[in-house]
Amino acid sequence: MSNNPYRVPTAGIGDDVGRLIDPKKQIDFRWNGNKFAGFEGDTLASALFANGIRVVGRSFKYHRPRGVVGLASDEPNALVGVGSGNLQEPNLRASQVELYQGLEAKAQNAWPSVDFDIGQMNSIFSRFFPAGFYYKTFMWPQSFWKNVYEPIIRRAAGLGVAPGGADPDTYEQFNCHCDVLIVGGGVAGLAAAQAASASGARVIIADENPQFGGIGDIAGGSIENQPQTAWIRETAAALAQAENVHLMTRTTVVGHYHHNFVMMHERVADHDPALLRSGAPRHRLWKVRAKKSIVASGALERPIPFANNDRPGVMLSTSVRGHLIRYGVAPGYRGTIFTNNDDAYRTATALVQAGVSVARIIDVRPEANGPLAEEAEKAGIQISTGMAICGLEASVGGKQIKSVRIAPYSGSGRVSGAEEEIRCDFVAVSGGWNPAVHIHCHNGGKLDFDEGLQSFVPRPHDDPMQTIGAANGTFGLQAILQEAYQAGEAGGQSSKSAKAGAGKAPAAESVSENALQPIWFAPATGKYNEGNKHFIDYQNDVTAADLELAQREGFESVEHTKRYTTLGMATDQGKTSNIVGLGVLSGSTGKAIPEIGTTTFRPPYTPFSLGSIAGTQKGSLFHVVRRTAVFDWHGENGAVWEPIGDWRRAYCYPRGDEDKHAAINREILTVREKVGILDASTLGKIEIKGPDAGALLDRIYTNTFSTLKPGRGRYGLMMNEMGFLFDDGVTVCLAESHYLMHTTSGGAERIAAWLEEWLQTEWTDMQVFVTPVTEQWSQFAIAGPKARALLEKLEGDVDFSPEALPFMGCVAGTIEGCQARVFRISFSGELSYEIAVPSNNGRVFWEKLLEAGEEFGVEPYGTEPLHVLRAEKGFIAIGDESDGTVTPLDLGLNWAVSKKKADYIGKRALELPHLSDENRKELVGLLTDDPNEVLPDGAYAVAQVKDKPPMDMIGQVTSTYWSPTLNRSIAMALIEKGRSRMGEKISFPLEGGKTVKAEIVSPVFYDQEGARQNV
Amino acid sequence: MLVINCPVCGVEGEEADFHCGGEAHIARPATTNPEGISDEAQRDYIYLRKNPKGVHFERWRCDRGCGKWFHACRHTVSMEFLGYYGITERPPAELLKQADPIWQEFFKARGQETKS
Repeated sequence: MSNNPYRVPTAGIGDDVGRLIDPKKQIDFRWNGNKFAGFEGDTLASALFANGIRVVGRSFKYHRPRGVVGLASDEPNALVGVGSGNLQEPNLRASQVELYQGLEAKAQNAWPSVDFDIGQMNSIFSRFFPAGFYYKTFMWPQSFWKNVYEPIIRRAAGLGVAPGGADPDTYEQFNCHCDVLIVGGGVAGLAAAQAASASGARVIIADENPQFGGIGDIAGGSIENQPQTAWIRETAAALAQAENVHLMTRTTVVGHYHHNFVMMHERVADHDPALLRSGAPRHRLWKVRAKKSIVASGALERPIPFANNDRPGVMLSTSVRGHLIRYGVAPGYRGTIFTNNDDAYRTATALVQAGVSVARIIDVRPEANGPLAEEAEKAGIQISTGMAICGLEASVGGKQIKSVRIAPYSGSGRVSGAEEEIRCDFVAVSGGWNPAVHIHCHNGGKLDFDEGLQSFVPRPHDDPMQTIGAANGTFGLQAILQEAYQAGEAGGQSSKSAKAGAGKAPAAESVSENALQPIWFAPATGKYNEGNKHFIDYQNDVTAADLELAQREGFESVEHTKRYTTLGMATDQGKTSNIVGLGVLSGSTGKAIPEIGTTTFRPPYTPFSLGSIAGTQKGSLFHVVRRTAVFDWHGENGAVWEPIGDWRRAYCYPRGDEDKHAAINREILTVREKVGILDASTLGKIEIKGPDAGALLDRIYTNTFSTLKPGRGRYGLMMNEMGFLFDDGVTVCLAESHYLMHTTSGGAERIAAWLEEWLQTEWTDMQVFVTPVTEQWSQFAIAGPKARALLEKLEGDVDFSPEALPFMGCVAGTIEGCQARVFRISFSGELSYEIAVPSNNGRVFWEKLLEAGEEFGVEPYGTEPLHVLRAEKGFIAIGDESDGTVTPLDLGLNWAVSKKKADYIGKRALELPHLSDENRKELVGLLTDDPNEVLPDGAYAVAQVKDKPPMDMIGQVTSTYWSPTLNRSIAMALIEKGRSRMGEKISFPLEGGKTVKAEIVSPVFYDQEGARQNV
Repeated sequence: MLVINCPVCGVEGEEADFHCGGEAHIARPATTNPEGISDEAQRDYIYLRKNPKGVHFERWRCDRGCGKWFHACRHTVSMEFLGYYGITERPPAELLKQADPIWQEFFKARGQETKS
């Protein structure tokens, strides 16, 4: 055996065989750790063929040996991992991996090795692994799923492994606009680009392959009296010169979305890692908005399933021909061709001309005539018509094909009569062509069945998108060029500065081809079961028998069949298998293919990297963090952070070896006994100004604000029109017709937009300005019995005495040289002030407060102590006590819900039957029987505890804390008819069989009279 | 991802720069007559929507531009925007002509002529 077992001797000489490789330039690479060599221009697939390697992977379910099937992105089998460690990328198609010096690739889904795989036992026992096997077998007990079944299944079935560690490469995203976007750079795409660019339109043409031309180089025929390859080369070169055309190779159009939004994935440096070192991104994701898109994505050859059609060496006919002409490799020494159409004869003739022997052309059609058949006959190739492959013999283990058996085939799908055995080591199969309609379908494009092609073709799209060429079911070369020119010219006119058109499409010549004969399945003779699998979907190991089983078990809809058998659900999204699968279903149900229908084609066309989706938005750029003016101080003083919206707030400040619980308890007691300060700057602040400001507030809040006097504040509740509570806070009247609204931290933007919406759309005659000022002010709470004493130490003109500044009063002034707004409001139940200063002064003012409070034992407190303090007082928190289905009345806040006002948002809804129902859940307090037992958040109360669910649920815990003030646990809960059940004991069954009992009490646990805040 | 034109500030932007406020021209009963609203009328106001398969009228806001609300006329299948008009305006006659019949009945029932 020579060094290059399957490399044709004349490879790389001239344009006919191995036209893409340069035999003078050797490229070294590693496959499964072993050193090999290929040539510049090779793909991993062709280089492996050249080295005599045909088994490149193991199948998903049965672990059968598998080889290369397709020519490019349609490859279902040869999925490989490239690179190692954190640079490893799994599931790349070997036929798309370009060879470079030092490439490291390995086979996937094989253990211990691709040549000897233990999982192949699945194949021997495959009669026990039919469709739906996992659903049927691994059902009980449920607890076995997590610990037993799933880990085993995950290890045995799967594709490549995820890379280890963070990806060090860079990725980027581009946004751009163009007049015409052309998807696919084959002959149709290039011609469309030529026509579109002539008018001056901005054109982008993208192709997933490294070179333009599609399969023009292996399709025969001529354009303008020269071979297609020459026309392709010249046209692409001319387009590259044009300033208004952007040509992109190695760029896959992965998705098409509304309004001609197109996503393209460019593999910038995969073929040459040296580019990465020069600073190039590895991949680039393009987001293109095209005025017009032209889809020239070509067609995908489909196989004909026959017994053991997955053996390495069974390939698509164009893949064999493409590997031969482009890379000078053949999959073996002696091939057979199995076809239902004329195109496969080209493959046979090309093989013989390159010196590879062809044992037989097996054509299911009763006759073979026409120019392509004549040419093959002239080349001395034997043709058997009206025959089909009915068996394939391979070596033990299935890695080497030895022969195929053929038998007479009748149009009704039966194989019978005298069989003949043909010795060969590879098989090229062609079952016809499926237009690549994926991009057309992504945004809802519809399909029609074409009887001549026996496949689906696009119906005109609602979007400014047109499909041309083979993707549109147009196959004659001249017809393709004409269609492309018309589309290109029409697309070019979408440019604002369009000039005159391009003129006539180039003239082309190609040989005529006879119609194909549909065949979806060549049944095996002999035992029709184990050892005779007819694979439809290689990547997910779905066989014709699986599809038929699904039908028998009642999964009749194609969508059900798909999900039950996983047909077409692998990473190739059924490129080679979907239509064949429909054909098999058609045969087994007796329904025509269009009656069965297709499943949905969804983006992406081929898998692409997560890195390119993230782009540069990773690490510190992943998500914006909003910081208050005191953010750094919190960090310097040991704050534990809590994310609230985009903000980071101090959760608590552990000291020394304190844990969080100890810190929280200490901070709470500091507020109750001395004085604490809180950074409340994240609170939403909205200024509302204008003659109708008070009237607007009366409509927005459940209670009345127009009566509020300057210098006074009021707590208000907001409902939506459904009557559900969705924000709360204190709004103060700063001056006549000038209010400052406080919202929850998370609600600031939402509420400002809410006010704007009502002003712009409903009460359009109101004269009010709404101005969000959250970031303009730093705001601090000073809470505790010593709060006034602390503030009175500060220099300034504000009188903090209870007479000058009573509870719910507000005043503006100057403190320590800072402009300040002082509000006497309390969320802790203690004597409490909130002071707002301009954000620029925030940190200085915060430190002044600490300095002034030192003698009183002041400490900062975080958001968790804040929550415990408010819960001890029975104050609600939006998002805890409310969840979008809770009304103010449910929470017992009737005192804040006006009966007098004629209209405010949500008022009428509160009277709807389901909101005034007497069985609604109501807010109550809970005291557990064991004071040390803190109920879990969200725990369910039940009417009666039973051995196991279901139990009747009567409510749930909304807030639950350890209260250091009361030295016991406290909780609030929403319980059915809760307010009428005071003193009743209810039960909370928890995980693990434990039940906690608690007494229903008032939700105000501490200082029920409110004496502490009113001093 | 839709492309939307704001009729107020004139900016053309991506869908993510805008906010859809749902069906247009829903009259709020309480604004005109807070006392006499039946439960059914209130239910329909809050929950009942037309949801036509065809040309529809919607409210949108130019979120990252001028911040203003406006009306848009959109085909719910093709996603094409047929036109835009002010937030306090009724649909222009040429848009109403193309709208789903449910909209034409709606405006006929209101008994009010549309501006053209």
